[in-house]
Amino acid sequence: MDYIPNTEADLSAMLREIGVASFDELVAAIPASLRQFKMELPAAMSESELQRELGAMAARNTPLDALTSFLGAGAYEHFIPSAIDHLVSRGELYTAYTPYQAEASQGTLQLLYEYQSLICALTGMDVSNASLYDGGTTVGESAYLALNAHPKRNRIVISSAVHPEYRQILKTYTAGMDVQIVELPTRDGLTDLDALAATVNENTAAVLLQSPNFFGCIEPMQRAGEMIKSKGAWFVAVVNPISLGVIKPPGEYGADLAIGEGQPLGIPVAYGGPYVGFLTSSKQLIHKISGRIVGRSVDTEGREAFCLTLQAREQHIRREKATSNICSNQSLMALRTAIFLSLLGKRGMREIAELNLRRSHQAAGAISRVPGFALKFPRAPFFNEFVVTCPAPAQTICDRLERDGILAGLPLGRFDAAMERDLLVCVTETKSTANIERLAEALGRAASQKV
Amino acid sequence: MNVPSDLKYTESHEWVKLSKDKATATVGLTDFAQEELTDIVYLDLPKVGDEIEAGTECAVVESVKAASDIYAPLSGQVTEVNQAALDDPAVVNEDAFGKGWLFKMKLADPAEIEELLSDSDYEEILSEKESQDEDEEEEK
Repeated sequence: MDYIPNTEADLSAMLREIGVASFDELVAAIPASLRQFKMELPAAMSESELQRELGAMAARNTPLDALTSFLGAGAYEHFIPSAIDHLVSRGELYTAYTPYQAEASQGTLQLLYEYQSLICALTGMDVSNASLYDGGTTVGESAYLALNAHPKRNRIVISSAVHPEYRQILKTYTAGMDVQIVELPTRDGLTDLDALAATVNENTAAVLLQSPNFFGCIEPMQRAGEMIKSKGAWFVAVVNPISLGVIKPPGEYGADLAIGEGQPLGIPVAYGGPYVGFLTSSKQLIHKISGRIVGRSVDTEGREAFCLTLQAREQHIRREKATSNICSNQSLMALRTAIFLSLLGKRGMREIAELNLRRSHQAAGAISRVPGFALKFPRAPFFNEFVVTCPAPAQTICDRLERDGILAGLPLGRFDAAMERDLLVCVTETKSTANIERLAEALGRAASQKV
Repeated sequence: MNVPSDLKYTESHEWVKLSKDKATATVGLTDFAQEELTDIVYLDLPKVGDEIEAGTECAVVESVKAASDIYAPLSGQVTEVNQAALDDPAVVNEDAFGKGWLFKMKLADPAEIEELLSDSDYEEILSEKESQDEDEEEEK
Protein backbone atom coordinates (compact mmCIF):
# COMPACT_ATOMS: atom_id res chain seq x y z
CA MET A 1 0.00 0.00 0.00
CA ASP A 2 1.36 3.43 -0.88
CA TYR A 3 1.95 6.04 1.78
CA ILE A 4 0.77 9.39 0.43
CA PRO A 5 1.53 12.26 2.79
CA ASN A 6 -0.56 15.43 2.83
CA THR A 7 0.98 18.47 1.13
CA GLU A 8 0.96 21.94 2.68
CA ALA A 9 -1.83 22.80 0.24
CA ASP A 10 -3.87 19.74 1.39
CA LEU A 11 -3.41 20.74 5.02
CA SER A 12 -4.46 24.35 4.55
CA ALA A 13 -7.46 23.28 2.46
CA MET A 14 -8.59 20.92 5.22
CA LEU A 15 -8.05 23.49 7.97
CA ARG A 16 -9.99 26.08 5.94
CA GLU A 17 -12.86 23.61 5.49
CA ILE A 18 -13.00 22.88 9.24
CA GLY A 19 -12.78 26.58 9.99
CA VAL A 20 -9.60 26.81 12.07
CA ALA A 21 -6.49 28.81 11.30
CA SER A 22 -3.83 26.26 12.21
CA PHE A 23 -3.23 22.70 13.35
CA ASP A 24 -2.41 23.97 16.85
CA GLU A 25 -5.77 25.66 17.01
CA LEU A 26 -7.43 22.40 15.95
CA VAL A 27 -5.90 20.51 18.88
CA ALA A 28 -6.17 23.36 21.37
CA ALA A 29 -8.69 21.34 23.42
CA ILE A 30 -5.91 18.94 24.41
CA PRO A 31 -4.14 20.25 27.56
CA ALA A 32 -0.88 22.01 26.70
CA SER A 33 1.14 19.70 28.98
CA LEU A 34 0.14 16.74 26.84
CA ARG A 35 0.96 18.54 23.62
CA GLN A 36 4.54 19.32 24.67
CA PHE A 37 5.66 15.79 23.91
CA LYS A 38 9.02 15.86 22.19
CA MET A 39 10.97 12.93 20.87
CA GLU A 40 14.72 13.00 21.45
CA LEU A 41 15.75 11.97 17.97
CA PRO A 42 19.15 12.42 16.38
CA ALA A 43 19.47 14.53 13.25
CA ALA A 44 18.13 12.99 10.05
CA MET A 45 20.50 10.86 7.93
CA SER A 46 20.78 10.28 4.24
CA GLU A 47 19.60 6.91 2.92
CA SER A 48 23.15 5.63 2.44
CA GLU A 49 24.21 6.72 5.94
CA LEU A 50 21.12 5.05 7.38
CA GLN A 51 21.80 1.80 5.53
CA ARG A 52 25.35 1.72 6.93
CA GLU A 53 24.14 2.45 10.46
CA LEU A 54 21.40 -0.19 10.42
CA GLY A 55 23.68 -2.67 8.68
CA ALA A 56 26.24 -2.26 11.45
CA MET A 57 23.55 -2.78 14.10
CA ALA A 58 22.21 -5.87 12.34
CA ALA A 59 25.73 -7.29 12.08
CA ARG A 60 25.86 -7.47 15.87
CA ASN A 61 23.26 -10.27 15.69
CA THR A 62 24.42 -13.79 15.00
CA PRO A 63 22.04 -15.34 12.50
CA LEU A 64 21.13 -18.99 12.99
CA ASP A 65 22.77 -20.09 9.75
CA ALA A 66 26.15 -18.77 10.93
CA LEU A 67 26.04 -21.33 13.77
CA THR A 68 25.55 -25.05 13.99
CA SER A 69 22.32 -25.28 15.97
CA PHE A 70 20.90 -28.24 17.85
CA LEU A 71 18.08 -26.14 19.30
CA GLY A 72 14.51 -27.36 18.92
CA ALA A 73 11.95 -27.24 21.73
CA GLY A 74 9.06 -25.98 19.63
CA ALA A 75 10.90 -24.18 16.80
CA TYR A 76 12.71 -26.38 14.32
CA GLU A 77 15.33 -25.76 11.67
CA HIS A 78 14.40 -27.57 8.47
CA PHE A 79 15.30 -27.19 4.83
CA ILE A 80 13.12 -24.55 3.15
CA PRO A 81 12.81 -24.88 -0.65
CA SER A 82 13.50 -21.48 -2.23
CA ALA A 83 10.31 -21.80 -4.31
CA ILE A 84 8.36 -20.94 -1.16
CA ASP A 85 9.81 -17.42 -0.83
CA HIS A 86 9.34 -16.78 -4.54
CA LEU A 87 5.72 -17.89 -4.59
CA VAL A 88 4.54 -16.21 -1.40
CA SER A 89 6.11 -12.89 -2.38
CA ARG A 90 3.88 -12.61 -5.45
CA GLY A 91 1.76 -9.50 -4.99
CA GLU A 92 -1.61 -11.20 -5.26
CA LEU A 93 -0.70 -13.64 -2.49
CA TYR A 94 1.33 -11.34 -0.27
CA THR A 95 -1.37 -8.71 0.19
CA ALA A 96 -4.59 -10.74 0.04
CA TYR A 97 -6.86 -9.64 2.85
CA THR A 98 -9.68 -11.30 4.80
CA PRO A 99 -11.74 -13.18 2.18
CA TYR A 100 -15.21 -12.17 3.37
CA GLN A 101 -16.22 -11.25 -0.18
CA ALA A 102 -16.05 -14.65 -1.77
CA GLU A 103 -16.64 -13.29 -5.26
CA ALA A 104 -13.48 -11.18 -4.99
CA SER A 105 -11.31 -13.68 -3.11
CA GLN A 106 -11.43 -16.99 -4.96
CA GLY A 107 -7.63 -17.28 -5.12
CA THR A 108 -7.10 -16.78 -1.39
CA LEU A 109 -10.00 -19.05 -0.55
CA GLN A 110 -8.76 -21.83 -2.80
CA LEU A 111 -5.26 -21.65 -1.27
CA LEU A 112 -6.70 -21.96 2.23
CA TYR A 113 -8.89 -24.83 1.08
CA GLU A 114 -5.78 -26.58 -0.26
CA TYR A 115 -4.00 -25.87 3.03
CA GLN A 116 -6.87 -27.46 4.97
CA SER A 117 -6.92 -30.49 2.68
CA LEU A 118 -3.16 -31.02 3.05
CA ILE A 119 -3.27 -30.67 6.84
CA CYS A 120 -6.16 -33.16 6.99
CA ALA A 121 -4.20 -35.62 4.84
CA LEU A 122 -1.16 -35.23 7.08
CA THR A 123 -2.98 -35.60 10.42
CA GLY A 124 -5.59 -38.10 9.24
CA MET A 125 -8.30 -35.88 10.72
CA ASP A 126 -11.69 -34.98 9.15
CA VAL A 127 -11.66 -31.19 9.40
CA SER A 128 -9.03 -28.45 9.56
CA ASN A 129 -9.64 -24.77 10.15
CA ALA A 130 -7.87 -22.22 7.95
CA SER A 131 -5.07 -21.92 10.59
CA LEU A 132 -4.52 -20.01 13.83
CA TYR A 133 -1.65 -17.80 15.02
CA ASP A 134 0.78 -20.39 16.39
CA GLY A 135 1.07 -23.67 18.25
CA GLY A 136 0.40 -22.06 21.64
CA THR A 137 -2.85 -20.51 20.40
CA THR A 138 -4.08 -23.91 19.26
CA VAL A 139 -3.62 -25.25 22.79
CA GLY A 140 -5.72 -22.46 24.29
CA GLU A 141 -8.34 -22.66 21.56
CA SER A 142 -8.68 -26.42 21.83
CA ALA A 143 -9.37 -26.03 25.56
CA TYR A 144 -12.14 -23.52 24.80
CA LEU A 145 -13.52 -25.85 22.16
CA ALA A 146 -13.51 -28.83 24.53
CA LEU A 147 -15.26 -26.86 27.26
CA ASN A 148 -17.83 -25.52 24.79
CA ALA A 149 -18.55 -29.03 23.52
CA HIS A 150 -18.81 -30.35 27.10
CA PRO A 151 -20.72 -27.53 28.80
CA LYS A 152 -21.24 -29.43 32.05
CA ARG A 153 -17.57 -30.30 32.57
CA ASN A 154 -14.88 -27.94 33.84
CA ARG A 155 -11.66 -29.90 34.24
CA ILE A 156 -8.84 -29.79 31.68
CA VAL A 157 -6.06 -32.31 32.16
CA ILE A 158 -2.69 -31.66 30.54
CA SER A 159 0.52 -33.64 30.71
CA SER A 160 3.51 -31.88 32.26
CA ALA A 161 5.41 -33.25 29.25
CA VAL A 162 3.56 -30.73 27.06
CA HIS A 163 5.77 -27.73 26.16
CA PRO A 164 5.98 -25.51 29.29
CA GLU A 165 5.11 -22.40 27.27
CA TYR A 166 1.98 -24.08 25.87
CA ARG A 167 0.95 -24.96 29.42
CA GLN A 168 1.48 -21.35 30.43
CA ILE A 169 -0.70 -20.17 27.53
CA LEU A 170 -3.42 -22.60 28.59
CA LYS A 171 -3.38 -21.07 32.08
CA THR A 172 -3.55 -17.57 30.63
CA TYR A 173 -6.44 -18.53 28.35
CA THR A 174 -8.46 -20.03 31.20
CA ALA A 175 -7.60 -17.43 33.86
CA GLY A 176 -10.75 -16.13 35.53
CA MET A 177 -12.88 -18.97 34.19
CA ASP A 178 -14.45 -21.64 36.33
CA VAL A 179 -11.99 -24.19 34.99
CA GLN A 180 -9.66 -26.51 36.83
CA ILE A 181 -6.33 -27.27 35.09
CA VAL A 182 -4.68 -30.47 36.32
CA GLU A 183 -1.15 -31.39 35.25
CA LEU A 184 -0.08 -35.01 34.99
CA PRO A 185 3.35 -36.13 36.20
CA THR A 186 5.81 -37.98 33.98
CA ARG A 187 7.76 -41.17 34.49
CA ASP A 188 10.93 -41.86 32.47
CA GLY A 189 10.14 -39.05 30.05
CA LEU A 190 6.58 -40.18 29.34
CA THR A 191 3.22 -39.14 30.79
CA ASP A 192 2.34 -41.32 33.78
CA LEU A 193 -0.65 -43.31 32.55
CA ASP A 194 -1.59 -44.48 36.06
CA ALA A 195 -1.89 -40.84 37.07
CA LEU A 196 -3.90 -40.25 33.90
CA ALA A 197 -6.36 -43.00 34.82
CA ALA A 198 -6.67 -41.62 38.35
CA THR A 199 -7.19 -38.01 37.21
CA VAL A 200 -9.55 -38.22 34.27
CA ASN A 201 -13.10 -38.31 35.54
CA GLU A 202 -16.68 -37.55 34.45
CA ASN A 203 -15.94 -33.86 34.98
CA THR A 204 -12.99 -33.82 32.57
CA ALA A 205 -13.72 -31.96 29.33
CA ALA A 206 -10.40 -32.74 27.64
CA VAL A 207 -6.97 -34.28 28.06
CA LEU A 208 -4.02 -32.75 26.20
CA LEU A 209 -0.99 -34.87 25.40
CA GLN A 210 1.95 -33.97 23.18
CA SER A 211 3.77 -36.52 21.04
CA PRO A 212 6.67 -36.31 20.53
CA ASN A 213 6.47 -34.55 23.88
CA PHE A 214 8.61 -31.66 25.17
CA PHE A 215 11.43 -34.13 25.99
CA GLY A 216 11.24 -35.56 22.49
CA CYS A 217 9.70 -38.85 23.65
CA ILE A 218 6.90 -40.51 21.70
CA GLU A 219 3.90 -41.04 23.98
CA PRO A 220 1.73 -44.20 23.91
CA MET A 221 -1.11 -42.22 22.32
CA GLN A 222 -3.30 -45.19 21.43
CA ARG A 223 -3.48 -46.49 25.01
CA ALA A 224 -3.80 -43.04 26.53
CA GLY A 225 -6.59 -42.24 24.08
CA GLU A 226 -8.59 -45.30 25.06
CA MET A 227 -8.35 -44.31 28.74
CA ILE A 228 -9.38 -40.73 27.98
CA LYS A 229 -12.33 -41.66 25.79
CA SER A 230 -13.63 -44.21 28.29
CA LYS A 231 -14.50 -41.20 30.48
CA GLY A 232 -16.08 -39.32 27.59
CA ALA A 233 -13.42 -36.58 27.59
CA TRP A 234 -12.07 -35.12 24.35
CA PHE A 235 -8.61 -36.37 23.45
CA VAL A 236 -6.37 -33.55 22.20
CA ALA A 237 -3.10 -34.54 20.51
CA VAL A 238 -0.39 -31.88 20.14
CA VAL A 239 1.86 -33.10 17.34
CA ASN A 240 4.93 -32.12 15.36
CA PRO A 241 3.80 -32.18 11.70
CA ILE A 242 7.18 -33.36 10.35
CA SER A 243 7.05 -36.39 12.65
CA LEU A 244 3.82 -37.54 10.96
CA GLY A 245 5.93 -38.70 8.01
CA VAL A 246 6.85 -41.73 10.13
CA ILE A 247 4.68 -41.69 13.25
CA LYS A 248 1.06 -42.87 13.21
CA PRO A 249 -1.14 -39.79 12.64
CA PRO A 250 -3.66 -38.68 15.30
CA GLY A 251 -6.61 -39.59 13.06
CA GLU A 252 -5.53 -43.23 13.31
CA TYR A 253 -5.31 -43.39 17.09
CA GLY A 254 -8.67 -41.75 17.75
CA ALA A 255 -7.74 -38.18 18.66
CA ASP A 256 -10.73 -35.83 18.71
CA LEU A 257 -8.49 -32.85 18.05
CA ALA A 258 -5.01 -32.76 16.53
CA ILE A 259 -3.23 -29.45 16.90
CA GLY A 260 0.23 -27.95 16.86
CA GLU A 261 2.84 -25.60 15.54
CA GLY A 262 3.10 -25.48 11.75
CA GLN A 263 6.48 -23.70 11.70
CA PRO A 264 8.48 -26.84 10.78
CA LEU A 265 6.62 -26.88 7.45
CA GLY A 266 8.56 -24.25 5.51
CA ILE A 267 8.68 -21.34 7.95
CA PRO A 268 12.06 -20.05 9.16
CA VAL A 269 12.94 -20.15 12.85
CA ALA A 270 12.42 -16.57 14.04
CA TYR A 271 12.28 -14.95 17.44
CA GLY A 272 8.64 -13.88 17.82
CA GLY A 273 7.39 -15.46 14.60
CA PRO A 274 5.34 -15.16 12.50
CA TYR A 275 4.46 -18.83 12.88
CA VAL A 276 1.22 -20.68 12.20
CA GLY A 277 -0.98 -22.97 14.28
CA PHE A 278 -2.96 -25.85 12.82
CA LEU A 279 -6.17 -27.06 14.45
CA THR A 280 -8.00 -30.12 13.19
CA SER A 281 -10.87 -32.16 14.57
CA SER A 282 -13.07 -35.15 13.97
CA LYS A 283 -16.32 -34.52 12.11
CA GLN A 284 -18.19 -34.74 15.40
CA LEU A 285 -16.80 -31.35 16.49
CA ILE A 286 -17.24 -29.52 13.18
CA HIS A 287 -19.96 -27.21 14.56
CA LYS A 288 -17.76 -26.23 17.51
CA ILE A 289 -14.33 -25.88 15.89
CA SER A 290 -12.69 -22.48 16.34
CA GLY A 291 -11.53 -20.14 13.61
CA ARG A 292 -12.64 -19.92 10.02
CA ILE A 293 -13.13 -22.77 7.58
CA VAL A 294 -13.10 -22.56 3.79
CA GLY A 295 -15.46 -24.87 1.95
CA ARG A 296 -15.81 -25.92 -1.67
CA SER A 297 -19.17 -25.21 -3.24
CA VAL A 298 -20.68 -24.20 -6.58
CA ASP A 299 -21.69 -20.73 -7.77
CA THR A 300 -25.06 -19.78 -9.28
CA GLU A 301 -23.92 -21.17 -12.62
CA GLY A 302 -22.79 -24.47 -11.16
CA ARG A 303 -19.06 -23.78 -11.39
CA GLU A 304 -16.70 -24.80 -8.59
CA ALA A 305 -16.35 -21.98 -6.07
CA PHE A 306 -14.89 -21.52 -2.60
CA CYS A 307 -16.38 -19.69 0.37
CA LEU A 308 -16.11 -19.33 4.12
CA THR A 309 -18.42 -21.96 5.56
CA LEU A 310 -20.15 -23.08 8.77
CA GLN A 311 -19.95 -19.51 9.97
CA ALA A 312 -22.75 -20.01 12.47
CA ARG A 313 -19.93 -21.19 14.81
CA GLU A 314 -18.26 -17.85 14.69
CA GLN A 315 -18.58 -14.85 16.93
CA HIS A 316 -20.09 -12.51 14.35
CA ILE A 317 -23.12 -14.84 14.22
CA ARG A 318 -23.18 -16.84 17.42
CA ARG A 319 -21.95 -13.90 19.49
CA GLU A 320 -21.16 -14.78 23.10
CA LYS A 321 -21.80 -18.48 22.51
CA ALA A 322 -19.09 -18.81 19.88
CA THR A 323 -16.23 -21.15 20.76
CA SER A 324 -13.60 -18.60 19.90
CA ASN A 325 -13.17 -14.87 19.47
CA ILE A 326 -10.70 -15.51 16.66
CA CYS A 327 -12.25 -14.72 13.28
CA SER A 328 -8.92 -14.44 11.52
CA ASN A 329 -6.12 -16.74 10.54
CA GLN A 330 -2.45 -16.74 9.57
CA SER A 331 -2.94 -16.84 5.80
CA LEU A 332 0.54 -16.14 4.51
CA MET A 333 2.19 -18.66 6.83
CA ALA A 334 -0.54 -21.21 6.07
CA LEU A 335 0.28 -20.67 2.42
CA ARG A 336 3.97 -21.39 3.10
CA THR A 337 3.07 -24.69 4.74
CA ALA A 338 0.74 -25.58 1.85
CA ILE A 339 3.53 -24.95 -0.66
CA PHE A 340 6.01 -26.89 1.48
CA LEU A 341 3.69 -29.89 1.71
CA SER A 342 2.90 -29.73 -2.02
CA LEU A 343 6.59 -29.62 -2.95
CA LEU A 344 7.52 -32.52 -0.71
CA GLY A 345 4.49 -34.69 -1.34
CA LYS A 346 3.66 -37.85 0.56
CA ARG A 347 6.97 -39.56 -0.25
CA GLY A 348 9.00 -36.46 0.49
CA MET A 349 7.37 -36.13 3.92
CA ARG A 350 8.24 -39.72 4.67
CA GLU A 351 11.84 -39.24 3.53
CA ILE A 352 12.39 -36.06 5.54
CA ALA A 353 10.91 -37.70 8.64
CA GLU A 354 13.11 -40.78 8.21
CA LEU A 355 16.15 -38.57 7.82
CA ASN A 356 15.30 -36.75 11.07
CA LEU A 357 14.85 -40.06 12.83
CA ARG A 358 18.16 -41.44 11.52
CA ARG A 359 20.26 -38.34 12.24
CA SER A 360 18.89 -37.86 15.75
CA HIS A 361 19.53 -41.49 16.67
CA GLN A 362 23.02 -41.24 15.20
CA ALA A 363 23.64 -38.15 17.36
CA ALA A 364 22.15 -39.76 20.47
CA GLY A 365 24.53 -42.68 19.99
CA ALA A 366 27.55 -40.43 19.43
CA ILE A 367 26.80 -38.23 22.47
CA SER A 368 26.16 -41.13 24.82
CA ARG A 369 29.61 -42.51 23.91
CA VAL A 370 31.21 -39.28 25.20
CA PRO A 371 32.43 -39.92 28.77
CA GLY A 372 30.14 -38.28 31.33
CA PHE A 373 27.14 -37.89 28.98
CA ALA A 374 24.10 -40.16 28.94
CA LEU A 375 20.60 -40.23 27.54
CA LYS A 376 18.20 -39.28 30.33
CA PHE A 377 15.34 -41.44 29.06
CA PRO A 378 17.11 -44.35 27.31
CA ARG A 379 13.98 -46.53 27.13
CA ALA A 380 11.60 -44.00 25.59
CA PRO A 381 11.29 -43.91 21.80
CA PHE A 382 12.08 -40.52 20.27
CA PHE A 383 11.82 -38.70 16.94
CA ASN A 384 14.27 -35.82 16.39
CA GLU A 385 14.85 -34.62 19.94
CA PHE A 386 16.18 -36.19 23.11
CA VAL A 387 17.40 -35.22 26.59
CA VAL A 388 21.06 -35.66 27.52
CA THR A 389 22.31 -35.55 31.10
CA CYS A 390 25.64 -33.71 31.26
CA PRO A 391 28.52 -34.09 33.73
CA ALA A 392 28.24 -30.34 34.53
CA PRO A 393 25.39 -27.80 34.49
CA ALA A 394 23.98 -27.85 30.95
CA GLN A 395 24.12 -24.05 30.75
CA THR A 396 27.89 -24.12 31.41
CA ILE A 397 28.40 -26.73 28.69
CA CYS A 398 26.31 -24.68 26.25
CA ASP A 399 28.24 -21.48 26.98
CA ARG A 400 31.50 -23.27 26.20
CA LEU A 401 30.21 -24.70 22.91
CA GLU A 402 28.78 -21.36 21.85
CA ARG A 403 32.32 -20.00 21.68
CA ASP A 404 32.99 -22.63 19.00
CA GLY A 405 29.89 -21.59 17.05
CA ILE A 406 27.73 -24.50 18.24
CA LEU A 407 24.33 -24.16 19.92
CA ALA A 408 24.30 -27.48 21.75
CA GLY A 409 20.64 -27.42 22.71
CA LEU A 410 18.28 -26.06 25.34
CA PRO A 411 19.36 -26.34 29.01
CA LEU A 412 16.27 -27.50 30.89
CA GLY A 413 17.19 -25.98 34.26
CA ARG A 414 15.21 -22.85 33.36
CA PHE A 415 11.99 -24.89 33.45
CA ASP A 416 12.83 -27.21 36.35
CA ALA A 417 15.72 -26.70 38.79
CA ALA A 418 16.00 -30.48 39.18
CA MET A 419 16.97 -30.69 35.50
CA GLU A 420 19.98 -28.35 35.78
CA ARG A 421 22.26 -30.90 34.14
CA ASP A 422 19.82 -31.83 31.41
CA LEU A 423 20.10 -30.63 27.86
CA LEU A 424 17.38 -30.96 25.19
CA VAL A 425 19.12 -31.70 21.89
CA CYS A 426 17.40 -31.57 18.50
CA VAL A 427 18.86 -33.04 15.31
CA THR A 428 17.00 -32.49 12.08
CA GLU A 429 17.86 -33.38 8.49
CA THR A 430 19.84 -30.12 8.30
CA LYS A 431 22.67 -31.67 10.34
CA SER A 432 25.33 -33.73 8.60
CA THR A 433 27.36 -36.59 10.03
CA ALA A 434 30.28 -34.14 10.25
CA ASN A 435 28.13 -31.72 12.29
CA ILE A 436 27.19 -34.53 14.66
CA GLU A 437 30.81 -35.66 15.12
CA ARG A 438 31.85 -32.07 15.78
CA LEU A 439 29.14 -31.74 18.44
CA ALA A 440 30.26 -34.92 20.21
CA GLU A 441 33.91 -33.82 20.17
CA ALA A 442 33.03 -30.35 21.44
CA LEU A 443 30.94 -31.83 24.27
CA GLY A 444 33.86 -34.02 25.28
CA ARG A 445 36.22 -31.03 25.33
CA ALA A 446 33.72 -28.87 27.25
CA ALA A 447 33.24 -31.53 29.92
CA SER A 448 36.98 -31.95 30.53
CA GLN A 449 37.62 -28.18 30.60
CA LYS A 450 38.55 -26.77 33.99
CA VAL A 451 36.46 -23.79 35.06
CA MET B 1 -49.94 -18.44 9.90
CA ASN B 2 -50.53 -22.04 10.88
CA VAL B 3 -51.13 -22.40 14.67
CA PRO B 4 -52.75 -25.78 15.51
CA SER B 5 -55.26 -25.58 18.35
CA ASP B 6 -54.28 -28.88 20.01
CA LEU B 7 -50.82 -27.59 20.98
CA LYS B 8 -49.36 -25.35 23.69
CA TYR B 9 -46.78 -22.65 22.92
CA THR B 10 -43.99 -20.51 24.35
CA GLU B 11 -43.05 -16.92 23.66
CA SER B 12 -39.73 -18.19 22.30
CA HIS B 13 -41.63 -20.06 19.55
CA GLU B 14 -41.51 -23.66 20.74
CA TRP B 15 -44.63 -25.83 20.57
CA VAL B 16 -45.57 -28.55 23.05
CA LYS B 17 -47.86 -31.50 22.47
CA LEU B 18 -48.95 -33.10 25.75
CA SER B 19 -49.83 -36.76 26.09
CA LYS B 20 -53.34 -37.55 27.30
CA ASP B 21 -52.17 -38.21 30.87
CA LYS B 22 -50.02 -35.03 30.72
CA ALA B 23 -46.97 -37.00 31.88
CA THR B 24 -44.99 -36.63 28.67
CA ALA B 25 -44.65 -34.05 25.91
CA THR B 26 -43.32 -33.67 22.39
CA VAL B 27 -41.47 -30.43 21.65
CA GLY B 28 -40.87 -28.67 18.35
CA LEU B 29 -40.30 -25.34 16.69
CA THR B 30 -43.31 -23.37 15.40
CA ASP B 31 -44.04 -22.75 11.76
CA PHE B 32 -43.43 -19.05 12.37
CA ALA B 33 -39.96 -19.79 13.80
CA GLN B 34 -38.90 -22.02 10.91
CA GLU B 35 -40.03 -19.41 8.42
CA GLU B 36 -38.10 -16.65 10.19
CA LEU B 37 -34.97 -18.81 10.39
CA THR B 38 -35.14 -19.79 6.69
CA ASP B 39 -33.38 -22.99 5.56
CA ILE B 40 -32.35 -24.99 8.62
CA VAL B 41 -29.06 -26.81 8.11
CA TYR B 42 -28.09 -28.18 11.50
CA LEU B 43 -29.66 -29.18 14.80
CA ASP B 44 -27.85 -29.67 18.09
CA LEU B 45 -30.39 -31.52 20.24
CA PRO B 46 -30.13 -32.67 23.86
CA LYS B 47 -29.26 -36.30 24.53
CA VAL B 48 -31.69 -38.93 25.75
CA GLY B 49 -31.49 -38.91 29.53
CA ASP B 50 -30.54 -35.21 29.82
CA GLU B 51 -32.35 -33.31 32.56
CA ILE B 52 -33.61 -30.00 31.19
CA GLU B 53 -35.08 -27.05 33.01
CA ALA B 54 -37.96 -24.88 31.80
CA GLY B 55 -36.82 -21.61 30.27
CA THR B 56 -33.18 -22.61 29.83
CA GLU B 57 -31.32 -23.31 26.59
CA CYS B 58 -31.44 -26.97 25.67
CA ALA B 59 -30.76 -27.07 21.91
CA VAL B 60 -29.38 -25.04 19.04
CA VAL B 61 -30.80 -24.65 15.56
CA GLU B 62 -28.65 -23.33 12.76
CA SER B 63 -30.01 -21.96 9.53
CA VAL B 64 -28.18 -20.48 6.59
CA LYS B 65 -28.62 -17.07 8.18
CA ALA B 66 -28.51 -17.53 11.94
CA ALA B 67 -27.86 -19.74 14.93
CA SER B 68 -30.64 -19.71 17.53
CA ASP B 69 -31.15 -21.30 20.90
CA ILE B 70 -34.14 -23.44 21.70
CA TYR B 71 -35.47 -23.14 25.24
CA ALA B 72 -36.93 -26.01 27.20
CA PRO B 73 -40.68 -25.24 27.49
CA LEU B 74 -41.00 -27.50 30.54
CA SER B 75 -38.71 -29.18 33.04
CA GLY B 76 -38.01 -32.87 32.88
CA GLN B 77 -35.99 -35.63 31.29
CA VAL B 78 -35.42 -36.10 27.56
CA THR B 79 -36.74 -39.50 26.49
CA GLU B 80 -36.33 -39.43 22.71
CA VAL B 81 -34.81 -37.20 20.03
CA ASN B 82 -35.86 -37.01 16.40
CA GLN B 83 -33.07 -38.80 14.56
CA ALA B 84 -34.70 -38.10 11.19
CA ALA B 85 -34.53 -34.36 11.87
CA LEU B 86 -30.87 -34.65 12.94
CA ASP B 87 -30.10 -36.45 9.69
CA ASP B 88 -32.05 -34.01 7.55
CA PRO B 89 -32.88 -30.75 9.37
CA ALA B 90 -34.88 -29.53 6.34
CA VAL B 91 -37.77 -31.61 7.69
CA VAL B 92 -38.27 -28.86 10.31
CA ASN B 93 -38.90 -26.37 7.49
CA GLU B 94 -41.17 -28.76 5.64
CA ASP B 95 -43.32 -29.98 8.51
CA ALA B 96 -42.61 -28.02 11.69
CA PHE B 97 -45.65 -29.33 13.60
CA GLY B 98 -45.36 -32.92 12.39
CA LYS B 99 -42.31 -34.81 11.14
CA GLY B 100 -40.12 -31.91 12.21
CA TRP B 101 -40.60 -32.46 15.98
CA LEU B 102 -37.37 -32.15 17.97
CA PHE B 103 -37.54 -34.21 21.16
CA LYS B 104 -39.85 -35.91 23.62
CA MET B 105 -39.67 -35.52 27.37
CA LYS B 106 -41.05 -36.80 30.65
CA LEU B 107 -42.40 -33.93 32.74
CA ALA B 108 -40.96 -33.24 36.18
CA ASP B 109 -43.66 -30.79 37.23
CA PRO B 110 -47.04 -30.91 35.40
CA ALA B 111 -48.00 -27.63 37.13
CA GLU B 112 -45.67 -25.87 34.67
CA ILE B 113 -48.17 -26.59 31.90
CA GLU B 114 -50.21 -23.69 33.23
CA GLU B 115 -47.38 -21.33 32.27
CA LEU B 116 -47.58 -22.27 28.59
CA LEU B 117 -49.51 -20.24 26.03
CA SER B 118 -52.70 -21.43 24.36
CA ASP B 119 -53.00 -21.28 20.58
CA SER B 120 -55.00 -18.05 20.78
CA ASP B 121 -52.43 -16.44 23.14
CA TYR B 122 -49.68 -17.39 20.74
CA GLU B 123 -51.59 -16.13 17.73
CA GLU B 124 -52.02 -12.81 19.50
CA ILE B 125 -48.23 -12.59 20.01
CA LEU B 126 -47.69 -13.31 16.34
CA SER B 127 -50.18 -10.67 15.21
CA GLU B 128 -48.60 -8.09 17.55
CA LYS B 129 -45.24 -8.98 16.04
CA GLU B 130 -46.61 -8.60 12.56
CA SER B 131 -48.02 -5.13 13.24
CA GLN B 132 -44.72 -4.13 14.85
CA ASP B 133 -42.87 -5.29 11.75
CA GLU B 134 -45.24 -3.29 9.59
CA ASP B 135 -44.60 -0.18 11.70
CA GLU B 136 -40.88 -0.67 11.26
CA GLU B 137 -41.35 -1.05 7.54
CA GLU B 138 -43.24 2.24 7.44
CA GLU B 139 -40.52 4.02 9.41
CA LYS B 140 -38.01 2.94 6.82
